Amino acid sequence: MASDLAQGVARRPIALPGGLRPAVNVTISVAVVCAFTVLVGLFGQFSDRAMVVGVLDIGHSLMLAAALAGGAVLARRQRMASVLIVALISGAVAGGLVQALVVVARWANLRWMLVSLTPVTLNRVGFLLPDDQAALVLAASGACAALVGAGLVLCGPIPRRIVLGALGGVVCAGLLRELIRGILGGLGGVDDWGFTYDGLLPAGAAVSAAIGALVTIRPGAARYAQLPPRVKLGARLLCLLVLLALPALTNDFVAQVMMLVCLYTLMGLGLNIELGLAGLVDLGFVAFFAVGAYTVGLLTADATGAGGHLTFFAALPFSIAFAALAGFLFGLPVLKVRGDYLAIATLGLGEIIRVLVLSDMLKPELGGAQGIVNIPKPALFGFVLSSPTRLFYMTAIMAAAAGYIAWRLQHSGLGRRWLAVREDEDVAQALGINLVGVKLSAYTMGAGFAGLAGGIFAGMVGSVFPQSFQLLVSVNVLAILVVGGIGSLPGVIIGAAALIGAPEVLRDLGEYRYLIYGIVVIAVVRLKPDGLSPKAIRQREAL
Amino acid sequence: MTLLLSATGISKRFGGLLAIDNVNLAVPKAAIHAIIGPNGAGKTTLFNCLTSFVKPSAGEIYLNGARIDGLRPDLVASHGIARTYQNIRLFPDLTAIENIMVGLDAKSPESLLGALFATPAHHRKVRDTIARATALLAAVGLVGRGDRLARHLPYGDQRRLEIARAMSIDPVLLLLDEPAAGMNPVESHAMLELIRRLRDEFGLTIILIEHQMRVVMGISERITVLDHGACIAEGTPAEIRENSAVIAAYLGARAAKHGMDALERQG
Repeated sequence: MASDLAQGVARRPIALPGGLRPAVNVTISVAVVCAFTVLVGLFGQFSDRAMVVGVLDIGHSLMLAAALAGGAVLARRQRMASVLIVALISGAVAGGLVQALVVVARWANLRWMLVSLTPVTLNRVGFLLPDDQAALVLAASGACAALVGAGLVLCGPIPRRIVLGALGGVVCAGLLRELIRGILGGLGGVDDWGFTYDGLLPAGAAVSAAIGALVTIRPGAARYAQLPPRVKLGARLLCLLVLLALPALTNDFVAQVMMLVCLYTLMGLGLNIELGLAGLVDLGFVAFFAVGAYTVGLLTADATGAGGHLTFFAALPFSIAFAALAGFLFGLPVLKVRGDYLAIATLGLGEIIRVLVLSDMLKPELGGAQGIVNIPKPALFGFVLSSPTRLFYMTAIMAAAAGYIAWRLQHSGLGRRWLAVREDEDVAQALGINLVGVKLSAYTMGAGFAGLAGGIFAGMVGSVFPQSFQLLVSVNVLAILVVGGIGSLPGVIIGAAALIGAPEVLRDLGEYRYLIYGIVVIAVVRLKPDGLSPKAIRQREAL
Repeated sequence: MTLLLSATGISKRFGGLLAIDNVNLAVPKAAIHAIIGPNGAGKTTLFNCLTSFVKPSAGEIYLNGARIDGLRPDLVASHGIARTYQNIRLFPDLTAIENIMVGLDAKSPESLLGALFATPAHHRKVRDTIARATALLAAVGLVGRGDRLARHLPYGDQRRLEIARAMSIDPVLLLLDEPAAGMNPVESHAMLELIRRLRDEFGLTIILIEHQMRVVMGISERITVLDHGACIAEGTPAEIRENSAVIAAYLGARAAKHGMDALERQG
């Protein structure tokens, strides 16, 4: 045994466990990834935004993450201590390569093709230092990151979780600075030492790292699990209350984001009835949202074709009713088709509504591309809901009511009939279920939820334009269901928070924030195909 | 003896294929009637005609004197015909008890407003539905398995659950499509007992398709034999056993002299 081991060691040079090729591959990959971020402009976009003020910007964080991942890949191939040296060298070489590429790029002047490759950006890669010093700094930081990456793989699970948690904490705090600033600012004065307008200060970073590490190792988790259910419920309610109080305590930005999440939750609840329960794929869901919005617009604003000057809350029931009616009427001819064909047919409906409101024919009534403006803000007994915070609470109350209705429906006999139709139409019919009636009821009620969301949207924005009712809205709602878990009510909220909330909160990332959206969708579909919060029965059976 | 089901001159044509050719079926109340025949003889198609899964090309079907052919499948079900399927078709992602509750709900829907506002009447109704579903589970021998997903039940239990679900709409006529398929002798004997009990306790009329001769001969009062879509014989088990046309259809003309007994021994 011992001699085998000795032979194995003797055959392989200690400096390069696993041979030369993995190390070279990883080195080149890391350098290429870093160069790529520079070439496509990712780096340029983020290099002036601080992750930790005066220490690290977001652009360089991306590069360090690449080196970290490279080190981890190396260590996973060869779980030996000597791999640390390989990772060190590999990271250093990759860092040097990046600076070498910068020199080449400056000389070759590729700006005619790659617009974002400005000299300033190139200089920023090397921290505005002379080339030789920049190469040294980049090599050193690359080596450190790769070393940490390899070390994380080799060390035990607990240190790994602590370090990853700390890093995650800093990254979250750095990226969500607007949100956190808002919260801290609302609580008063805490932001002076931890946050500035530019971003996280080193002290704030240390605190975030500590919080991140604490969250990952969860010191009190075992004791919490033993608490009586009533205490746990109380803790959850307390969390919910804090969450609900956030918009009032903080700024309008937080309120706006949470309002959007609530609005999409409302729509998600509607589509969940159609798709999650009754199994009807609907890509034209935005149509009912549009009907609801235009109903409120026409009934409340001084529009040309306006029907009356109702108050917002008087008009809202009409939004629901008209959207439900639209769902019913459209469902009649369309619901006889199944599966993929239904998806295509509903896709058509979404476009029909958008084209209709844009058309010259209805321009006198609906305002064409100019839409309907001057929709008064919702008011209740003279109390005008003007600020985003007040509007958030209105939306939240509506969403909660809708959630209650959706929950009752799901567990009613009608809900079971929807499920039966989703599972097997023919068998359901042979049990005496009227297919058209059951499908129409799902379609009508789902549309009603979307109509309510549309009505709220109109009152919230104060104007209605055809451009607001793109196919993207339907796709968004569908993605919310997929990410949250189709057919699961908590999943709708979680999905809305992940797909609508996260990109809004990450406004710092500019147009790249939809990258996050895409990554979330792909990651969920790949790693948790049942969604982030699958139905309870699935969870129970999976054990 | 009053007839519960009477089907006359049923034919079903799929393009150029005559799947059923002028079949008559008369089943009295509380009878157990078997339909047998080689693969592709049109047995399941006949069931599909009876339940309106497909519309017969010709013929008339009466249940309790009411004409039911050409009605929508859900209306046929509300007339009191329930069925099971050759390849089990449960609602796989619903629990066993939910599978049954779907049928109970469909038979007597609860008030939607009551469900929304959780009225006391609604709670009573739900308790009642659950109690009836539990009783049906017990009737087919699935006590304590109500909370399992239908897809996770073992094969034999799935067959039993399908019967319980069919029973949930309170039918007068139960169509069983190969209820003992794929079962070993012990299991198929238990299934046979269950079918007999359903008839005796619930007063049901049962038509079953079955391949296992042991089951067919042991349970049915009358047998209809289909071959290539046509009815080639009808009679009591004893008559069918002696019928040379049936033996020829099953075993080929040359083997006919060995008789039906050999087939029965094979199971």
